[in-house]
Amino acid sequence: MTTVHVTDLVKDYSIRSGLRRRRLRAVDHVSLDLVPGRTVALVGESGSGKSTIAKILTRMEKPTSGTVEVALDDGTPVRGPMYLRQVQMVFQDPFASLNPFHSIEHHIARPLLIHERTRTAAQTHERVLEMLERVNLTPAETIAPRRPHELSGGQRQRVAIARALAPGAQVLIADEPVSMLDVSIRLGVLNLLGRLQREDRLAVLYITHDLATARHFSDEIVVLYRGRVVERGPADAVILDPHHDYTKLLAQAAPDPERGPERVTAEAVIDRDAIDNSVCYDHFLGEWVQAGTPAARGARAGRAGQPA
Amino acid sequence: MTNVTAQTQPAAAELTGPAAEPDGPGTRARPGWRSLLPTMTPWLAIGLGLVIVITLFGILGPLLVGDPQRIRDQGLTGPSAQFWLGTTQTGQDVFAQLAFATRGSLEIGAIVGVIATALSGFFGIYGAYRGGVVDEAFSLFSNVALVIPGLPLIIVISGFVPRESRGLWTIALVLAVTSWAASARVLRAQTLSVRHRDYVAASRASGEKPWRVIVVEILPNLLPVIASQFVFAVIAAILGEAGLAFIGLGASNSSTLGTMLFYAQNGFALSLGAWWWFVPPGLMIALFGMGLSLINFSIDEIINPKLKNLRRHRRLAKRAARLERELTRRGAAQEADR
Amino acid sequence: MTSTVQAPAATAARGATPGAVLTVEDLSVVYEVDPPVTAVRGASLTLRRGEILGLAGESGCGKTTLAYAVNRLHRPPARVASGRITFHDVGGDDVDVLALGDRELRAFRWNKLSMVFQGAMNALNPVTTVRAQLADTLRTHRPGLSRAAVHARSRDVLERVGVDPARLTSYPHELSGGMRQRVMIAMAMLLEPQIMIMDEPTTALDVVVQREILREIVRLRDELDFAVMFITHDLPLLLEISNRIAVMLDGEIVELDTAANLLAGASHPYTRKLLGSFPSLSGERGGFIRSGVDETEEDQA
Repeated sequence: MTTVHVTDLVKDYSIRSGLRRRRLRAVDHVSLDLVPGRTVALVGESGSGKSTIAKILTRMEKPTSGTVEVALDDGTPVRGPMYLRQVQMVFQDPFASLNPFHSIEHHIARPLLIHERTRTAAQTHERVLEMLERVNLTPAETIAPRRPHELSGGQRQRVAIARALAPGAQVLIADEPVSMLDVSIRLGVLNLLGRLQREDRLAVLYITHDLATARHFSDEIVVLYRGRVVERGPADAVILDPHHDYTKLLAQAAPDPERGPERVTAEAVIDRDAIDNSVCYDHFLGEWVQAGTPAARGARAGRAGQPA
Repeated sequence: MTNVTAQTQPAAAELTGPAAEPDGPGTRARPGWRSLLPTMTPWLAIGLGLVIVITLFGILGPLLVGDPQRIRDQGLTGPSAQFWLGTTQTGQDVFAQLAFATRGSLEIGAIVGVIATALSGFFGIYGAYRGGVVDEAFSLFSNVALVIPGLPLIIVISGFVPRESRGLWTIALVLAVTSWAASARVLRAQTLSVRHRDYVAASRASGEKPWRVIVVEILPNLLPVIASQFVFAVIAAILGEAGLAFIGLGASNSSTLGTMLFYAQNGFALSLGAWWWFVPPGLMIALFGMGLSLINFSIDEIINPKLKNLRRHRRLAKRAARLERELTRRGAAQEADR
Repeated sequence: MTSTVQAPAATAARGATPGAVLTVEDLSVVYEVDPPVTAVRGASLTLRRGEILGLAGESGCGKTTLAYAVNRLHRPPARVASGRITFHDVGGDDVDVLALGDRELRAFRWNKLSMVFQGAMNALNPVTTVRAQLADTLRTHRPGLSRAAVHARSRDVLERVGVDPARLTSYPHELSGGMRQRVMIAMAMLLEPQIMIMDEPTTALDVVVQREILREIVRLRDELDFAVMFITHDLPLLLEISNRIAVMLDGEIVELDTAANLLAGASHPYTRKLLGSFPSLSGERGGFIRSGVDETEEDQA
């Protein structure tokens, strides 16, 4: 059981154009919590800062300011090399995230060895097969020696999930884990993630641009727009009763056959350029707050009273 | 449902033959290695054949022939049963000289190949992997090294180094130092593209140490490129040394194909019509270069699999186009009948 | 299943379907590789004037191959192995697309039938301006057109797709993804074709931008009355915008029906499976996630 507190995260990139340097704020005072057994969906368009947050959480980027605190159940903070044992990531593109040169076994065995989950070769092999079976890649004996190009996209993503869980991770960052997969396979992979989460009481951050799966797959939704959190709350509340203009726009844009075809031709009522990302609607508090620091504190305070 | 099945037939099934590749890192063999071997084609067979025969000649030849320096009074005789490739002006056995010269040239090629590949690997791969200031510095250094001209440099060096201490290693070092930079740039570009792939990020995210990321995750995917650069470095070194030796700036203590040509030219072999003196070393350089180039083409096919299927693809495309034309002609004929 | 699909097409062959602009009968496309792969198998469909026909299916099902073959844009080793493609011109002439010679084919493409590709960045030339690319297309197909007329037409199409005509002088990389896709659509409608084939035109875009583009396509269709063949894997999107939808599986059209009928009750199990793969945004969870349903190995190759 591991909990993640993200407080006031800021990430600036400096962009060089010619001789001038420009600062681009990708993530602007974002705070969120991940708790065991719950899934938080991070929703937003490309460039909204979703992936930057994922990279910071998996230590591939350093934040400009702000903190990421990871703590075990008993309150022990997780630091140093222990961090990556607890927090792992599933990448978007299963065709790119596995090394074409190495066998499936290599991909799962390495994290086991790095984090000293197993010691002998036989033990490692057995553990690899176990992991493969957990993600429904059977018969594991025949899958393990294969190389990535011999598997389908869905199978590869299962391998990637097994790899992420191999160190014994309790926090899973899933960065658009199904958007590159064929539609008929997506549900299977999401359901797999759901099952693993229940079994291990994982804390999951589900990053996506797909509102429909965000609603059904997560407990809580955080809507990100231009690096800021503009709306947060329980999944159904955010999708069915959006308050912020940007969330409304997203909900309008998502295909939804049940709302009828006349919706296509209906003109957008919300002017995209007029969207204000300095305010945030917090469904937990039931009120508007300033985006950034105060919103986050308020949200956490509000949730403290709620059963996790 | 997915089209992956079409790609699943591993090309490994048709892979055969050894590859002229430098030794990779000493990890245990995995199925992955097999995909790095080029497909056996007639061209690759010819290339390998040439390189193997010439290399064997260079290794074993000197053990079987007599002293190449022995002076006899049978100057400038043509090929005969006693001297297969005739003799030089001073009666030395050309065949014996050729064996020793081949060995010398191969030594230079191998030494330069290894040093240049190591240098380019370090500056190209490590720099690109680290990124930031390290990359910029390494890249700048490679660019500077790239424009250092080999020939003038060695002329300058020969001015400083006395002739007697200008040995094989000195020449090899100079050739290596002036020839690694281009490969480093190629490797840097390749590393940059591999480095940003998700599987590298994934292995870093699972806590892999940097050197392991480079050696285990990145390097195998660069091996074909490195092999190709190595082969190219060997060709360049042998040709470069021959050029230097021909103008009299070669290694003083060893005989190479270049020095052989140098002495042939000094002995007026061309004007005297002593073709057996200058044709064998020249041909040897040409054939070895050709063999290595043919191997390089096969390695290129691994780097760019499109090349591999190009000919087959063209043939199939032609057949498809013909069948389609027939279909439309039949359709038109039916139309006319109606 | 197939019989119900082929029935209307068979009558269309004799020009019986009223308002048809394109009839594809029993089209098969084979990739001449070892062994030959049939990418499209006996596909038959009719595209009616002014309709949006959705072509749904997953990667590798042959939907793109079918679209390319209709346009004869397929490249060897792909070849049309059998079938007929007939274009019914607005003037009443029928054109046998497969029998067209090279010159006629060039005139046919873009004039009568144009295409919008998925990757606008790849389809637009990065080193010339939007104006030059539009003008190029116009001059090739309408050689007699004056400079002023070319310019006026270029401005006109950009305005129609909702791009500021000032953007004529921009290079593709200066435009946003959505803007580029709009330019692509403008380019496709430059010669007022009767059919536009759109191959995943919005897949690479963000949902909000995607919605804007879809809106634009439907509006333009209403104004100009061209027929659209819209290819995507996103079935819910098709259900919203198209009149009829063809579902492809392994090179075959397994179901072709109106959007409303498909939504109400798809007959083919694959269609039902596809529909079930998309959770509803506003509706009930259905069999989706956390209901304890299986996650069986549906993707075993």
